[in-house]
Amino acid sequence: MKPVSDGAPLRPDLRRSRLRDLRHLLLYAAARLLALLATVVVGVYLTILVANMGGQVDQLRLVQIRSEVVEAVRADPAFFDMPGEERNALVERQVALEVERLRLDQPFMVRSLDYLRRALSLDLGRAEQMHSDRGSREVRDIIVERLPATLLLFGSANLLVFFTAVFAALHLSRRYGSALDRTVIALAPSSAAPGWFYGIFLILLFAFLFPLLPAGGMVTAPPPEGRLAYAASLTRHMLLPVAAMFLSSIFVSIYSWRTFFLIHSSEDYVEMARAKGLSSRRIERRYILRPTLAPIITSFLLMLIGLWSGAIILEQVFNWPGLGSLLFQAIGHRDTPVIIGGVVIFAYLLAATVFLLDFLYALLDPRVRVRGGRP
Amino acid sequence: MSAWRSGGWRELGRYPSAITGMAIILVLVGVALAAPLAVPYGEALERWRGGERWQHHPVNAAPVWVDRLAGGRAPTTRVIAGRDVQAEVHPFPGGRRLTLPLTFDHDFDDFPSELNLFLTAEGHARPPFVRLLWQTPDGREIPLGGHRLGERERISISQDRALERRLGGLAPHIGLFAAEQAGAEREAGVPTLQTGRYGLVLEAVLFDAEAPLEAELVVYGRVHGIAGTDHQRRALSLALLWGTPVALAFGLIAAVGTTLTTLVIAAVGVWYRGWVDAVIQRLTEVNMILPVLPILVMVGTLYSTSIWLMLGVVVLLGIFSAGIKTYRAMLLPIREAPYIEAARAYGASNLRIVMRYMLPRILPVLVPSFVTLIPTFVFLEASLAVLGLGDPELPTWGKVLNDAQSQSALYNGYVYWVVSPALLLMLTGLGFAMLGFALDRVFNPRLRSL
Repeated sequence: MKPVSDGAPLRPDLRRSRLRDLRHLLLYAAARLLALLATVVVGVYLTILVANMGGQVDQLRLVQIRSEVVEAVRADPAFFDMPGEERNALVERQVALEVERLRLDQPFMVRSLDYLRRALSLDLGRAEQMHSDRGSREVRDIIVERLPATLLLFGSANLLVFFTAVFAALHLSRRYGSALDRTVIALAPSSAAPGWFYGIFLILLFAFLFPLLPAGGMVTAPPPEGRLAYAASLTRHMLLPVAAMFLSSIFVSIYSWRTFFLIHSSEDYVEMARAKGLSSRRIERRYILRPTLAPIITSFLLMLIGLWSGAIILEQVFNWPGLGSLLFQAIGHRDTPVIIGGVVIFAYLLAATVFLLDFLYALLDPRVRVRGGRP
Repeated sequence: MSAWRSGGWRELGRYPSAITGMAIILVLVGVALAAPLAVPYGEALERWRGGERWQHHPVNAAPVWVDRLAGGRAPTTRVIAGRDVQAEVHPFPGGRRLTLPLTFDHDFDDFPSELNLFLTAEGHARPPFVRLLWQTPDGREIPLGGHRLGERERISISQDRALERRLGGLAPHIGLFAAEQAGAEREAGVPTLQTGRYGLVLEAVLFDAEAPLEAELVVYGRVHGIAGTDHQRRALSLALLWGTPVALAFGLIAAVGTTLTTLVIAAVGVWYRGWVDAVIQRLTEVNMILPVLPILVMVGTLYSTSIWLMLGVVVLLGIFSAGIKTYRAMLLPIREAPYIEAARAYGASNLRIVMRYMLPRILPVLVPSFVTLIPTFVFLEASLAVLGLGDPELPTWGKVLNDAQSQSALYNGYVYWVVSPALLLMLTGLGFAMLGFALDRVFNPRLRSL
């Protein structure tokens, strides 16, 4: 396998075929992008409808606004001597102001379309009740503040699981049937339990029975001065949640990768390479990993998709200030803009992942490339 | 088909994990079937709602067997009822005087966890009066004060602050059972338990010649039953027992609902092709973008947390799941198989081809993934409950975990409260996963040769 593109002039027909490949690839990507965009629009709109119970939440909110305003006016000593009628007028005025602020005076369908337009352009609006730790009411600020925590935790855990699993599986597939191999197979069913479940036990073990690690949170309070101390505290807090996720998925990942590699290493061309006497390292790289790259990447990205949705409970259990716990709090506050904002971010992240998946697939799998723009 | 089936069974028998898995599942199914027989559905809900019916149970007591296995002799709960005791009656004009000695032996290794006296005096024209006297094994007598009784009275001796002060700052259920200590020991503040025969003597004055006075002294233990109790005195065994059928039903229905519908839809798409297939594909993609758990949380908070609604939403979101893509890939080559052509030639309808010819072909391949899917849904229900979105009425494992978490069970050392539901969840997960993995190796021809 010599690189063909560098230096040496390409033969014209080869160049033409490369151009054709590229054109097909771009067409394919564009078609996928359009389709995904439509998908995101539909998905986000559905979310908006669910989050508002088709407009019914607004009725609840109207009642709530009225009672809050009445309560505030009654409790304010400044209005004690006000005659009844005037006070009622004041209440009406304040309710109207609040309704206008929350734009409840417009019909729900109009607002839902407006929500959709703004959500898609990532103009997420202002939160109704919640605010970011810095005090900003902008949904975008609230989410941006939480996103790094989620990315850090889940990114590191999943990368760790993925690479450990793939390399351990390669190793095991060579020593198929060994004691270690059998142990991993026997342990695979342990992955039936999700990460938070192991999290509970890890907290019990390492935070309460042997108080070595913190039971939750992201850094110690107050946050330590200095970058190194901060990083050290962060690492200590990350150990348990990462370990929980690692435990819950490592064995089944190794198991499935091992099976996958075993199937592929019994292909004829691998046998052929072995017969030629190539080194096992070379066989692994060229004859097993390269042809299986597309499915490996697929499963990596599918894992990423799974990661977004699994976040809420693990973050709750470990009190991790990420996107998942934000969403949970927002739902508790019935803060529609934050809920929609959070779900929109989820949807975008998922869509980006799916697009990446399609695109990489097209790059890696010649069959997709040749078929061109047809999905 | 039957020959293949018996072969499959024999094949499965070669895997110890499959046998273990099936044994676990059988036990769970047995428990699930026994639960409604032991406690009917309505009664289980009624009892789990809590309240007075649990008043003879201790708060946060550990299971008995845990303590006994560890070699301890922590006290269990005892109820000493007045009706079992010979009362001394002295009538006087317009009423009678009653002396009721409620005695019991306390020979455990620890103090009781609480002390309550329940008195029922129904049908009295004037409220009776009762004076309490505590007798210790070494002959001391401690007056516990007097009470004018209503129809139903609960005298919380443990909550008596004045008594606590008199006992030198010890909670009454400890102070009343402690040996008398000299000044120095008392300063040290570690009370020592005194075993032997204790008594609570009720001296009642009743202004009625006939009307009864029922008394029940409850000496709450520190251990209870096979599963312990929670913060509302409810026996956890009820929730653990009833959690089994709920978990299995939820897992099974959700797995069947999602797998079958997904399969049928994938087959329909493959068979009709064209726009039907395109619509199904696009719907699947929309569904892939919708985050399942946030939507479930949203539905739970905004609408209702009824377990059946949750189940419906799970199935609904699962219909157009990513599985459609996998099934589609499996079904595409089948569509072109000669036997389908033969069916078409004899004039089989579209529906018949899809249901009778295409689906049965890939069902065996799906059995393992179906089996491994069940615990996923069992854990999903638990996850929702842990988030506080459990069914408001049904006792489930997840709700026990949620209660434990909200009461900081681990921090307070009530390990059993977390471990027992978690263990059951784990057992369910392991049982189905072990069977599923073994089935995978049996049914998947590519794996079998390995």
